[in-house]
Amino acid sequence: MGSKLHALLVTATLALGSASALAANECSVGKTLKADRLTVATGNPAYPPWVMNDAPESGEGFEAAVAFAVAERMGFDQSSVDWVRTSFDEAIQPGAKDFDFNLQQYSIKPERLEVVDFSEPYYTTTIAVVVREDSAAADTEATASSLKKLKYGAAAGTSSQPFLENVLQPEQATLLYDDNADVVAAISANQIDAIVFDLPSALFVSAVQLEGGKLVGQFPVENNEAPDNFGLLMAKDSLLKECVDEAIKSLHEDGTLKDLESKWLADATGAPVIDMDK
Amino acid sequence: MSALSPRKRYEQKERRRSLLIATASLLAVCAALYTLVPKAPGWVAVKRSFFNWAVLEKTFPTLLKAFLWDIAIFAWSLPLIMVLALAIALCRNVKTPALFPLRVFGAFYTDIFRGVPTILLVYLIGFGIPGLGLPRPWNSPYLWGTVALVLTYSAYVAEVLRSGIESVHKSQRAASESLGLTEADTMRFVVLPQAIRRQVPAMMNFIIALQKDVALLSFIGPVELLRQANVYKSLMANFTPYVGAAVIFLCVTIPATRYADYLLAKQHSVRT
Amino acid sequence: MKNRSQKLVLEDVTCRFDELTVCDGINLSVDAGEMVCLIGASGSGKSTLLRCINLLEPIDSGHIWLDGEDISIPGLDPKPYRKRIGIVFQSFNLFPHMTVMQNICLAPTRVLNATVTETHAVAKDLLQRFGLQDKASEYPDRLSGGQQQRVAIVRALAMQPEIMLLDEITSALDPELVGEVLEVVKALKEQNMTIVLATHEMAFAREVADRVCFLDGGKILETAPPEEIFTNPREARTREFLHRLL
Ligand SMILES: Nc1ncnc2c1ncn2[C@@H]1O[C@H](COP(=O)(O)OP(=O)(O)OP(=O)(O)O)[C@@H](O)[C@H]1O
Ligand SMILES: [Mg+2]
Repeated sequence: MGSKLHALLVTATLALGSASALAANECSVGKTLKADRLTVATGNPAYPPWVMNDAPESGEGFEAAVAFAVAERMGFDQSSVDWVRTSFDEAIQPGAKDFDFNLQQYSIKPERLEVVDFSEPYYTTTIAVVVREDSAAADTEATASSLKKLKYGAAAGTSSQPFLENVLQPEQATLLYDDNADVVAAISANQIDAIVFDLPSALFVSAVQLEGGKLVGQFPVENNEAPDNFGLLMAKDSLLKECVDEAIKSLHEDGTLKDLESKWLADATGAPVIDMDK
Repeated sequence: MSALSPRKRYEQKERRRSLLIATASLLAVCAALYTLVPKAPGWVAVKRSFFNWAVLEKTFPTLLKAFLWDIAIFAWSLPLIMVLALAIALCRNVKTPALFPLRVFGAFYTDIFRGVPTILLVYLIGFGIPGLGLPRPWNSPYLWGTVALVLTYSAYVAEVLRSGIESVHKSQRAASESLGLTEADTMRFVVLPQAIRRQVPAMMNFIIALQKDVALLSFIGPVELLRQANVYKSLMANFTPYVGAAVIFLCVTIPATRYADYLLAKQHSVRT
Repeated sequence: MKNRSQKLVLEDVTCRFDELTVCDGINLSVDAGEMVCLIGASGSGKSTLLRCINLLEPIDSGHIWLDGEDISIPGLDPKPYRKRIGIVFQSFNLFPHMTVMQNICLAPTRVLNATVTETHAVAKDLLQRFGLQDKASEYPDRLSGGQQQRVAIVRALAMQPEIMLLDEITSALDPELVGEVLEVVKALKEQNMTIVLATHEMAFAREVADRVCFLDGGKILETAPPEEIFTNPREARTREFLHRLL
């Protein structure tokens, strides 16, 4: 009974997906910056795991792959996509844009919506755990029960702190700090075992701020009580928004986004999704 | 009562009169505040975010529990501060040439630790020394935060003690030494007891300041009252937890302040 | 040369504060049981001389002999000698944070290593003798000046000194309190205590002293039995000083 229903759903999704791909193709005609070409912007430089090797054209990296997947649903093959670069702040300013959409981990925020448009979210941040490379926790499989035994630190007033208190509930009292730099100082001094951040910050901290830091896992997205949603940024009142949303919806529905996420943000970063029941 | 002298009767009348006036004016001010403040245009908003009873009810028990940390930190810091301050004050007072380095050390110590803001010291010592690679529990923020507080406060208290020691008249030393007591015994039995007694009110001021400054440890991790209030503020987007924290601090510092004033007044009346 | 084996012998004692010579070649010997009074104008150096004998003030030249032993050698530890020489100051200098009993017992227990019971017994006995038995547990600020000065004397006596130096012990007292303190001194003399007393109480000096020394500008100008010095002083300066007083 359960498997029959599942099969039915998959068929329906596939049918819908292919139908919308055709529709999207027509949807975007005449609405792009350049006829028959899609101009996509990203950061300068762009960092892994969002874009590998600062080469979005390769389609390697989460955001590069998402951009090509969206383009494909809108009827643009790889060769019809042009890449340009913008700085992060420049793109959020009001005014004309030299791209059709821009992606560099823009969170959808109400104050930004007043000056630019965002697509439906293509990614929702998860919460990830960073430990010291030389600690025992770095070498054992990260499970909910093993992570509970660690001593945590977090920046007060961020979503990490309610996550620890309400979801993970570690056995030892959490230490709280003013900002992430202080939390990093505390883990460097071995005063705490682990830090939790949203994944993008965790990636940055473990790669840049914390020498000898290791990302051991991320919690399933539904555990994040106050997640950030990343959207494709477009000019205000962009005609293309409708088509982009359509494409993202279809990528959600057929699981493409989930696959890309697990390929680039879990497997490639070494941050497996933690089994909450173990 | 009829035995009261005319002067006594006059004084009693005056006392009653001034008490009456003081009470009346206090009541008037309170009444004015009570009726006028709620008329301010922003009062409803301020009341909601600063004096929110529902928020206070929900957070107060946890705030009180967090305050236990402040009390604990205070309780173990104070004796350490007193002992170290005494040692430093004695260092600054040594007369033997062989021990001159101790004097220099004492002077440096007080100059440096009084000169650096406490919060900086808490940061530098609280993160810096554990960062050298000490194993647990020797890298605890409680331990090194306490060290920072003890260093700062003992520098201040040492100066208070030193001026107390210097304020003991030299005839007291002469009297003691003429009886054949050693310099150490003279210090211990004659000079120090008088110096400490004389400086108790001044030291009370530092004790009150310490009661508040223990909250600085929250910057290096411990979730004590200030931090707990800060967490609730972020969580509930409401400042009432801060007001609650202030009330808790006041419950301890006001009696201590009054007591210090009382001691000071008592001392003045003894001296004159 | 003098007979240095007397109880206390000062030989050419000189004491300077910077340029000011306060004791200028003092020679004085005191026999056991003798009472010597120092008189002289204010600033003549009486207090300084007593402080020198107690080794509270280092001397610049000369010698101080105690029972034939030179106690003024520079670098010598003064403590063993101080406990043999008691001194009482003009301003009492009781320890204000201690009771009368504690004031008296501190030095015996710390310096003589006497037990608490021993010192208590000695102290009680002395207090009794000087009419202070009911003041043992009072603090100094609750005592009259005369009582305080008597306690100061008892405190010095509790160390069982061989010599008592008394520095104008009545000059800070109200006139009606002077008598009770002088009675104490008289009693001490009757018990054969060796005493050096600086005083402005000429009548008292005349009555009880064995010898009187007149100090002027840091020098002992004249030493004589009291009758002689008060009735027929040899020096003009002495005469002048006594005339002004009488
Ligand atoms: N510590 C000191 N430093 C410098 N000068 C001092 C010191 N003590 C005393 N003198 C000076 O020595 C001189 C003698 O002082 P001293 O106290 O011995 O006099 P005195 O005879 O006891 O006088 P009085 O009868 O007023 O007590 C005075 O001129 C005084 O100023
Ligand atoms: Mg004098």
